[in-house]
Amino acid sequence: MALLEVNDLDVRFAVRGGDLKALRGISFSLDKGERLGLVGESGAGKSVAAFSILNLIAKPGYIAGGQILFEGRDLAAMSERELRGIRGNRIAMIFQDPMMTLNPVLTIGTQMVEAIQAHRKISKKEARKIALDRLQKVQIPSPEKRLDQYPHELSGGMRQRVIIAIALLLDPEIIIADEPTTALDVTIQAEIMALLLDLCEQENVALMLITHDLGVVSQVTQRMLVMYSGRIIEQGPTREIINDAQHPYTQGLINALPQMGEPGERLFQIPGSMPSLKNVPTGCPFHPRCHFATEQCKQAMPEYVRSGNVNVACYEVANLIEQEKRMQEAES
Amino acid sequence: MTSPLVKIRSLEKRFDLSGSLLEQLRFENGRFRRKQEAVHAINGVDLDVHKGETLCVVGESGCGKSTVARTVMGLLSPSAGEIHYDGERIDHLDGKAVQPYRRKMQMIFQNPYASLNPRMTIQQTLEEPIRFHYPQWSATEVRDKVHEVMHSVGIDPDWGSRFGHEFSGGQRQRIAIARALAVDPEFIVADEPISALDVSIQAQVLNLLMDAQESCSLTYLFITHDLAVVEHFGTRVAVMYLGRVCELADTKTLFATPRHPYTQALLSAIPRLEDDRPNHIRLQGEVPTPVQLPSGCVFHGRCPYANDRCRQEIPQLIATDGGGQVACHAVEEGRL
Repeated sequence: MALLEVNDLDVRFAVRGGDLKALRGISFSLDKGERLGLVGESGAGKSVAAFSILNLIAKPGYIAGGQILFEGRDLAAMSERELRGIRGNRIAMIFQDPMMTLNPVLTIGTQMVEAIQAHRKISKKEARKIALDRLQKVQIPSPEKRLDQYPHELSGGMRQRVIIAIALLLDPEIIIADEPTTALDVTIQAEIMALLLDLCEQENVALMLITHDLGVVSQVTQRMLVMYSGRIIEQGPTREIINDAQHPYTQGLINALPQMGEPGERLFQIPGSMPSLKNVPTGCPFHPRCHFATEQCKQAMPEYVRSGNVNVACYEVANLIEQEKRMQEAES
Repeated sequence: MTSPLVKIRSLEKRFDLSGSLLEQLRFENGRFRRKQEAVHAINGVDLDVHKGETLCVVGESGCGKSTVARTVMGLLSPSAGEIHYDGERIDHLDGKAVQPYRRKMQMIFQNPYASLNPRMTIQQTLEEPIRFHYPQWSATEVRDKVHEVMHSVGIDPDWGSRFGHEFSGGQRQRIAIARALAVDPEFIVADEPISALDVSIQAQVLNLLMDAQESCSLTYLFITHDLAVVEHFGTRVAVMYLGRVCELADTKTLFATPRHPYTQALLSAIPRLEDDRPNHIRLQGEVPTPVQLPSGCVFHGRCPYANDRCRQEIPQLIATDGGGQVACHAVEEGRL
C-alpha cells in the first residue's frame, strides 16, 4: 500500500457566479521514502494540490470530492482535531517564503519547542535538545546560538534551513515543500536543495516537491507529475519524462528552456498562456495552445494512456500508440 | 575597433544609511561620536557596451547589478565615476541637456505589474513617451506609431482602450517592451525582464527581445540572475560580486572555461535537466554585507583559494588567454 494515495480529488472555490474548479479529478500516490515532483506554471493548481492534502484550503475553497488516503485513513473526511495530530507531526510542510512562516517576535528556540510540545508530552529541556539536534542536522553554523536568535537576525538561506529543521522536528513520514528555494539566490538554492535531498534520503522521508523549475525536479525527484489547468496531464518516472516527454505541453515546457536552445537562436515557444479558471476550455484544457489539436480534443477530456512507464492524457499520444500497435500486429 | 556605445568608468554608488546629523550621533564611553554608515552598492565598475551587442550583468541579490542599470539610466546619480554615451559624458547633465539621451536610452523593468500605470489605458501608456519626445508629431502620426509598436510586440492594436490589469503578466511585459520601443531607442537596459514570468511565457518574451534587437538594431544591457538565460541570450557577460566585476568574457568562453572561483561556483549551481543530483561547488558562508566591505578581494571569505594577499590587496581586472578579463590573484599567480 502506498503511504499517501490521492484519488480523484476535486477542489473548488465558491465565488460569485459559480464554482471555480481548481483541481479536477487528480490522482497520484506517494510511497515511503519516495521523492515526487509536482511541476506546472502558475495557476496550474500545484499549490492547491499541496495545500489540500493537509486540508489547508481556506474558504471559499473546499474539497468537493475524492479521497486523500494517508496510511489508509482519509484525510479529507477527518475532523479538524484528528487532522491536527497529523499536520506538522506525520506530514510536515515547507513554504516558499521563510519570513512568512516564522513568527518574527519569537526566538527560533521558542518556536521549535512550541512545535514539539504541541504534539508530544515532554519537558521544555528535552524539547530544546531535539531542536538543537535538528539544527545540527541542517548544518547551521553555531546552532546553540541560533536557538536564542530571532528570525530577522538570520539570512534568507539560514531561515530556510531553520524551516527545514522545524519540518524534521517530529520525524515526519512526508515533507511537502512548496517552491522551497524560489525566493533564494542561485548558489544558496543549490545548497538548500542538496541539503533537503540528503536529509530525505538519510531519514527515509517521502518528499513532495512543488516547483516550476524542471532542472530542480530532475536533480531531486524520482517521479514527477505535470499539471495544467487543474489536471495532471502526464506522470511517471522523472528521467523518462525529462528525456522523452509525451504530452505536447510537457514537450513545450522543456523545449522552451533557454538551456535547450542553440545560443542566439529563437527559443521554442508555446503560444498563448494558461487559461484562467473562470473560462477553462472544454475538452483538453491545453487544446487552444496545442499544435496537434483536433476536433476530438475540443470535445472531451482525454483518458490516460500508458506509454512506457508514463501516464499521459492526450489524444495525439493515444493515437500514436494505437498506430504502433496496429503496425506491430500487421507485421506479426 | 569602434568606440563603445556606452562607457562606464570607475563607477561607484553609495547609499547613505546614517540619516540626519542627530541620528548619526552616538554616546559612547562618556563622549559623543558621529557615526556614518553607507551601503557600498557599486565599488569601482568599468564596463563597455558595444553597439549591437547584449551585455549581460549577472550576480546574486545585493551584488549591485540593478544599481548599475539604474545609474546608467540616470535614475540614480553616481557617487563617483563617469558614464559616457556615444562619446559624450552624460552622468552630470541635467534638465534639457539630458533629454535627447532619455529617448535613445530606454528601460524595461522586472515587474510589469508595477511598471504600468494602473489608471492609464494601454493607448495612453504608449502615447505618452511619443508625445513627450516628438511634440511636433500630429495625433494621427502618434496613433500610427502606437499601432505599429503594439503590432510588433504581438498585442492586438484594438486592445488599446484596455487597462493594464486586464492583461496577463506576459502581455503586460510585452506592453512594457512596446513602451520602450515606441520612441525608437538605440540602447535598452532590461532589469530582470523575465524573472517574474512563467517558463513558457519567458520564452515568448525572450524571443520578442531578440526579434526587436534584430529589426531595430538595438544594444542591450541585460541584468539577470538566471545564468541559463545569459548563456542563450548574451554576447558578453559580466559577473558581479559585492559591487565589483569579478569576471568579464564572451558568453561562450565564460561558460566553457570560467576562471574566477565565484563564476565557477555560480555556473555549477544552475540546476540542469541532465543532472541526477545537485552537483554544485560548495561555498563557505554567505555573502557579506555591503555596509562593511571585506578588505582585499571581496570574495576572499568564501573562496577556497584565498591567501594572505587576497585578504589585503584588491585584485584588478587582468586579461586572460581566452580574451576575457578576471579579477583574481589566484588566476594572476597561476595558482588556479
